[in-house]
Amino acid sequence: MLSAMLGEAWHAMGCNRMRTALTMLGMVIGVGSVVLMLAIGQGAQYAVAQTISTMGSNLYILISGSTSTSGVRTGSGFGPTLNVADAEAISELDDITHVAPVHQGTQQLVYGAKNWSTTVVGTTPSYLDARAWTLTSGYAFGESDVRSASRVALIGKTAAENLFDREDPIGKTIRIRQTPFVIIGTLAAKGQNLDGRDQDDTVIIPLTTAQRKVFGVPFAGSVRTIILQASSAEAMPAVEKSVTALLRQRHRLREDMDNDFYIRNLAAAADSAAETTRVMSLLLGAIASVSLLVGGIGIMNIMLVSVTERTREIGIRMAIGARQKDILTQFLLEAIMISIAGCLIGLLLGIGGALLINAITDMVIVISGGAVIVAFAVAAGVGVFFGFYPARKAAALDPIEALRYQ
Amino acid sequence: MSEAVIRVAGLGKSYLTAAGLFPALKGVDLTIQRGEFVAIMGPSGSGKSTFMNLLGCLDTPSTGDYFLVERNVAHMPGDELAILRNRTIGFVFQGFNLLPRMTLEDNVALPLVYSGIGREARRGKGRQMLARVGLDGYAQSLPARISGGQQQRVAIARALINSPRLILADEPTGNLDSHTSEEIMALFEQLNAEGITIVLVTHEADIAAHARRQVRFLDGFIVSDTATPVSERQPC
Repeated sequence: MLSAMLGEAWHAMGCNRMRTALTMLGMVIGVGSVVLMLAIGQGAQYAVAQTISTMGSNLYILISGSTSTSGVRTGSGFGPTLNVADAEAISELDDITHVAPVHQGTQQLVYGAKNWSTTVVGTTPSYLDARAWTLTSGYAFGESDVRSASRVALIGKTAAENLFDREDPIGKTIRIRQTPFVIIGTLAAKGQNLDGRDQDDTVIIPLTTAQRKVFGVPFAGSVRTIILQASSAEAMPAVEKSVTALLRQRHRLREDMDNDFYIRNLAAAADSAAETTRVMSLLLGAIASVSLLVGGIGIMNIMLVSVTERTREIGIRMAIGARQKDILTQFLLEAIMISIAGCLIGLLLGIGGALLINAITDMVIVISGGAVIVAFAVAAGVGVFFGFYPARKAAALDPIEALRYQ
Repeated sequence: MSEAVIRVAGLGKSYLTAAGLFPALKGVDLTIQRGEFVAIMGPSGSGKSTFMNLLGCLDTPSTGDYFLVERNVAHMPGDELAILRNRTIGFVFQGFNLLPRMTLEDNVALPLVYSGIGREARRGKGRQMLARVGLDGYAQSLPARISGGQQQRVAIARALINSPRLILADEPTGNLDSHTSEEIMALFEQLNAEGITIVLVTHEADIAAHARRQVRFLDGFIVSDTATPVSERQPC
């Protein structure tokens, strides 16, 4: 029975090819745009997630407070309120995987006749772990290098390219503020961070060396920032509380005194960026869904015309024994076949379009199986939904009236 | 010995019109035995079309009972009426009512779609029926390619495909010339001779003369019910 109905639906679609094709076009555009928009939206989400993951996950950054001298206040990060001992104390707390005191600033690097201004980061080996930074060659410095203030450096990709061109930087000696440093490792490329700053334009050296030879510090052991990584996103609020409590106690702050440091959640910025792209992809999906809806209404429109045109046929079919549900099934199947055929073509075009965009631009496109399945199910649902009203109208015709219809 | 294919008692049908309830059929009693060949006659508005629609299970009566092969169908639900139209009754219309975009064999076999018969079996039976009405070799033609008389033969083949007890023909020769009309009537007489009960509506006396019995309607009542005189009978 069903196969006979399918055959009839196929036959009916073939009888009016132009009209069937135009009806299908609505679904093709609808499904195609949904698939394409979802691919673009998910691509954007993926790209942001990639950028966020290069910054390191679940990070907090502690910044020392400001100081004022004779009424002149420095910005945050210049007060001598945080020190290496604070960092060591923090690393004893629960739910903290890595703690790294950081002293960074901009310095001129000199190699032979070339020089380049870049961000010099003085820190401990934990820094690389917290920021999920790997080396492409050489090796990282260790705790002993920090203790002995070795003059060794790890160099980022951008800084290396500017100083060494295509030469291998490993083993070369550069000078920072007249102090020679041996490059012992090259850092893997990370790309831009969320601010658009090039994370690879950097040199990392042991904290002690940075403080003694490069930047100089007002008090021995003080640092401007400490970055710390919580063990999980869930642990972050608890970590923030315990770190704040610990530092207030160590700095002997009374109840009524403000913190003499700032604690910032790097995840917050990442979250807002992720949220922005999520909203954007929702919006794209919503706009595309409207075209799917319009395609569905197109099907309903054509099916209504078809029912009117074929009123006499419906009457004949009823007279020779078609039940109401047979007529309903016939017209519903026709609508579903049109929408599924349109959906398949739309899927192919959408995926093709996404691949084309991927090929001609450097935009990240992600086609997920889930999105494709959802688009397909929605399209089939649209066929049933918008096909149902005309089909029911056909089934509810009075056979006598239908037979008399000219 | 004989069995009533149709038995109606006090059959009435009223339509709701702008002017109020209009009684088209005002209580009709009629029994038609198996193997009869009955012509229903009467001017337009006499209620004969309403009566045919009721006989054909296309409509349900307002009052009275209709026994089709001893089953009261007056208050049957729509789906069961559809099954009766499919299996027990064969329809032949004035305008042939073939589906223009289907081949003749598919047209003839269309009722089998609603009896749940497979495609190959349908086509085989369709060709067999076409041969029975003298149209073998036309299986793949479309209705528009053949003459009106041939189209009516196809329609008769379609009516016959489920071996119905009863054939209802509504002005089957109304769109045909007199020569072709005679051919179609000869086909009906042949089917009647094979034992199929035939009820046909006509307003032409010479067509009605092919039937064995003539029932006349006027103003919603049966006004006469007579056997066709042997002298008037048309030769086969």
